[in-house]
Amino acid sequence: MAIVHDVMPVFELFQPTTVEDTVALLDQYDKDAWVLAGGLDTFDWFKDRNKRRQVVVDLSGVQGLRGVKKAADGGLEIGAATTLTDLANHALVKESYALLSQAAALVASPQIRNQGTLGGNVSQDTRCWYYRSGWTCYRAGGNICYADTPSAINREHAIFDANRCVAVNPSDTAPALIALDAQMVIRSSGGERVVNAENYFIGPSTDIMRMTVLRPGELLTAIRVPATWANAEFYFEKVRERLVWDFPLVNVASALKVSGGMIQGSRIVVNAVAAHPMRLTTVENAIAGKPRNEETASMAGDLAVQGARPLAHNGYKIPLVRNLVKRAIRGGPRA
Amino acid sequence: MTNFLVQWGINPWGEDTLIHAQWGLVYVAFAFGLGFMVAHTLFVKFWPKPAGPVTAPSNEAKAARVPARVPRHSLAARTFHWIMAASMLTLLGTASAPVLGLQFNWIEIHWIAGLALTVSIVYHIIHASFWLDFWSIWLNKEDAREAMTRLKRAMGQSAPAPRKAGKYPWDNKMYHTAIVLTALATVPTGLFMLNRVETPLFTRNPYLFSDTTWGVMYVLHGLAGIGLVGLTIAHIYFAIRPEKLWITKGMVFGDISREEFLHHHDPERWIVDTSTPGAPGHQRV
Repeated sequence: MAIVHDVMPVFELFQPTTVEDTVALLDQYDKDAWVLAGGLDTFDWFKDRNKRRQVVVDLSGVQGLRGVKKAADGGLEIGAATTLTDLANHALVKESYALLSQAAALVASPQIRNQGTLGGNVSQDTRCWYYRSGWTCYRAGGNICYADTPSAINREHAIFDANRCVAVNPSDTAPALIALDAQMVIRSSGGERVVNAENYFIGPSTDIMRMTVLRPGELLTAIRVPATWANAEFYFEKVRERLVWDFPLVNVASALKVSGGMIQGSRIVVNAVAAHPMRLTTVENAIAGKPRNEETASMAGDLAVQGARPLAHNGYKIPLVRNLVKRAIRGGPRA
Repeated sequence: MTNFLVQWGINPWGEDTLIHAQWGLVYVAFAFGLGFMVAHTLFVKFWPKPAGPVTAPSNEAKAARVPARVPRHSLAARTFHWIMAASMLTLLGTASAPVLGLQFNWIEIHWIAGLALTVSIVYHIIHASFWLDFWSIWLNKEDAREAMTRLKRAMGQSAPAPRKAGKYPWDNKMYHTAIVLTALATVPTGLFMLNRVETPLFTRNPYLFSDTTWGVMYVLHGLAGIGLVGLTIAHIYFAIRPEKLWITKGMVFGDISREEFLHHHDPERWIVDTSTPGAPGHQRV
């Protein structure tokens, strides 16, 4: 049961200034270490005392993890600790990757975007309240999903790919990064590995206790956005209960290449419908070479919800996904 | 709350509830299995052998009537064994690999293998009850006496050489008993746990039992499953030991040679029907 305390449990705080020192600390303390970026996920856990770590490694002093710069291939390299406000307002991002700036600009509230980081936004834990309340559900190492019981409150939960746990990924920037075919750069004492954004997120069937491929000792240092989808026709829409300071009920991010009214290629991703952002490859394949019109949009919407399995209270997500995908193809609501 | 054997958690009513076995025990089971292999190998190699004959002589008249090839396991029995082995290895692999750090979609493979094991066990029970000598695999007083005799001799004490085995030596029977006990713990609990995951078989019902009852089931399933890791390692170890390979071959090809029979078995304890020598399946196997 969540109990709010006046103070967080005791931990040892490290404030490294270089990526190398950070990685060395994470290697040294391994599972006992917690990475603190903007703190917006961290402090909930700590104040509720539902997660505790012996060591906290604060990234705020690591300048090497901040900023947006142009990569050699014409794409972008974004430091994982770049704030969402900086990302949303950055000229390079707005100019060629408006999808990402739009997504970043819709995260939570201005104050949170000032503090929150891109790395934190994509790596945050799920917001399932049963899980975050500290009960020992599957995701917390237990043997039940309290959100998937006959009397559960599961309006915000998954309609796809549930596997014991029905929690969803709440990130707004994650689907945009997948739509842009971004790559996540991960450092550890063993070196660097680069993972496609699409493969960075994992569902409960792979590992029920993690949302991403990040392992103890690893640090997400940068996100590379290739030039492949620069200046494509983008669409991002986030549906939420209130217009600010809220997580998505569903969001959609798409990048389309259209020529002569025909869709040449696309990447379409929805989030908050599964434990990981879902790239709709079936839809992408189906609309390739089709005219960008209402008929194609309807077909895409119908395809997008195939295989959806609603829980007791989230059936509304099916028409929501269907219509958001339609809009993504059209480029907005019906005129 | 944690302890060496089980993991506790807190349910929404604030009650402490059993969650599952401590997964760290998987490492203990692997260590036990490997330790057992090393200890047994050293025992066989270096422990002083008892003086005198290893086993008591058999009845020569009955031994003379043993055919050249003795059917040991029928095709049906061998099929069961290998299906069970495949499903057991799949179950142990899918259950322990995530604990050891290999993450994949294991649940579906696990429950399908569990169902295959269950069906094969049901088949085995029916087959053994009506077509085989049901009691030949169960421990009896004679096995207990023989075990004591062997222990005394191994410890250097004076004891008569034990008789050769019936169809199943007492250590085979011990192993079978251990497997039966762990199956009794894992199979019924596993079938109930199917209610907690998404399958095409029936609608999920996580409220079928109380948290406490579910907790006990998960613990039983987990502890017995972890025990099976050690038992399986030991089984594979014996299956590939040079002096036991004849048994493994028997499980592959179905029969053993006359020499192997007479070396290891007492024709008075494993009665081979020789009225039609060599006829597979003619005797009670």
